[in-house]
Amino acid sequence: MRYFIKRIISSIPILLGITLLTFAVMHITPGKPTDIMTDMNMKVSAQAKDRLQKLYGLDKPLHIQYAQWLKRFVFFDFGTSFKDSRPARDKIFERLPATILLNFAALFFTCIVAVPIGIYCAVKKDTFIDKGLTVILFVCFSIPSFWLALMFMILFGLQLGLVPISGLYSFNFDDMNIFMQIADISKHLVLPVAVSVIVSLATLSRYARSGMLEVLKQDYIKTAYAKGLSQKQVIFRHALKNTLLPMITIIGLSIPALIGGSFIFETIFSYPGIGRLGYEAVMSRDYPVVMGIATLSAVLTLLGNIIADLSYKIADPRIKYR
Amino acid sequence: MKKLLKNKFAVLGISIIALLILAAFFAPVISPYGQSEQNLYQRLLPPSSEHFFGTDDLGRDVFSRMIYGSRISLAVGFISVFIILFIGTSLGIISGYFGGKTDSVIMRFTDIVLCFPTFFLILLIIAFLEPNIFNVMIVIGLTSWPGLARLIRAEVLSLKEREFISVAKMMGIDNLKIFAVHILPNIISPLMVYASLAIGGAILTESALSFLGLGVQPPMSSWGQILTSGKDYIYIAWWLSVFPGIAILITVLAFNLIGEAIRDVFDPKEEYVRK
Repeated sequence: MRYFIKRIISSIPILLGITLLTFAVMHITPGKPTDIMTDMNMKVSAQAKDRLQKLYGLDKPLHIQYAQWLKRFVFFDFGTSFKDSRPARDKIFERLPATILLNFAALFFTCIVAVPIGIYCAVKKDTFIDKGLTVILFVCFSIPSFWLALMFMILFGLQLGLVPISGLYSFNFDDMNIFMQIADISKHLVLPVAVSVIVSLATLSRYARSGMLEVLKQDYIKTAYAKGLSQKQVIFRHALKNTLLPMITIIGLSIPALIGGSFIFETIFSYPGIGRLGYEAVMSRDYPVVMGIATLSAVLTLLGNIIADLSYKIADPRIKYR
Repeated sequence: MKKLLKNKFAVLGISIIALLILAAFFAPVISPYGQSEQNLYQRLLPPSSEHFFGTDDLGRDVFSRMIYGSRISLAVGFISVFIILFIGTSLGIISGYFGGKTDSVIMRFTDIVLCFPTFFLILLIIAFLEPNIFNVMIVIGLTSWPGLARLIRAEVLSLKEREFISVAKMMGIDNLKIFAVHILPNIISPLMVYASLAIGGAILTESALSFLGLGVQPPMSSWGQILTSGKDYIYIAWWLSVFPGIAILITVLAFNLIGEAIRDVFDPKEEYVRK
């Protein structure tokens, strides 16, 4: 518990840095956010432009703008969207569940597929199967995710017509009963999750493989073999647990990649999550929404790291953090 | 180097890259049509002996555009990785070598940059700047160094305890020379591994940005950009999306193979993370 509190406190400077960095990026880049409302419209006079900037506080000095924004950040109040004047917080939070659903499903299935592959490769090290799987994983690692998404859309969505290729709900979603709704959502999730699993498969299974190889070198594995246990028993009873432990950290560390990936997937699959909202906000220079999303995803990443460290510590008491 | 050439994957990777560099260099000679030569009578033609990879919505030859596109991919890969290497290595060496306050400031900054989904950060900056190829290179370079900085710092931390460094220090050799002569040659293999994997990553990022319309602007062509029109004509023109994707895949794969082979030869520990 003390460690937990320490960890939280030590991440406050990072948190501040995150807010400062987003703020800097937004303000170093040329162009005012109100431009999109004024430049396109010939009728807007110079005075009206000034008034608009005053309304959003863009005429104040930078440090005051930052301080104001920081104050509101504590309440997750990112201001109102320039696009439809709705609070950015509401816009983001209503999209959050869809993104979390997609990422958790992706992470879950990645683990289910990657860990057994990695362990199998470690046990069968240097055989034909190990090498073959390694090559396949390498190809997966090099595939452009958006291209794979495109190919899957063509193949499974258009040619075979097996699964829907965009969105999260069918148009008649509201008329369905609860089971049909679940089935409908799952069907829409198949393609994005599959693409996400395939491109992140390599990292996790390589970690599982090298972790397993490391464990198999340990003395207690030799002891277990010496006791006369079969290979199966050694692997599943003794080696597996110790291989999975360090994986917890890797999963925590893969969160930024997952969030980063969702910007691409969600845009391609027209998935109603944070990623597509972020893309649209960036394209229309919707500052409050962009800053909200950037900060939120950075905070989520930070949180993921803390949780990973913590659960690792609980799972393996030998680990000590300073 | 000889050992590297014995590795089958390394040879495969190097030959693919060599072929690609040749294609990029001799693009005007190889490609049967001009980069943006339009022929509106021959729109969206499927692959044939006249147009190996078909034509796009403006009647441009996809094969020729892909040959020219290899220039973009290679340029983005090499230049942005050069920036990554420069920033990551210098920060890593400084941080590891001097330790103390310098180290903690640099590492906190690295932590902060690591917390952002890199792709969103790039998307954000590119969208606010003018989307063009040079901005793409610079921004990829400026946002993707934290992993390398951490790696180099760890290497330097263990390296600076070694005797030859302390002897060099005692002899009063100045720090810059120690970095260049004594530290750099000793971290060259992890550096090369990181570089070749990072080139692959940069090419992926560029193609994704171009795909979203934020990278290379017409009339220049890039593989990601051709894929955009592939998405628009997904119902009728499969060749627009299949071939550029395969080109990206093979190129990235080649760089990854080289990286993996260098690691196998010089440094058997394995670890890699997709950006």
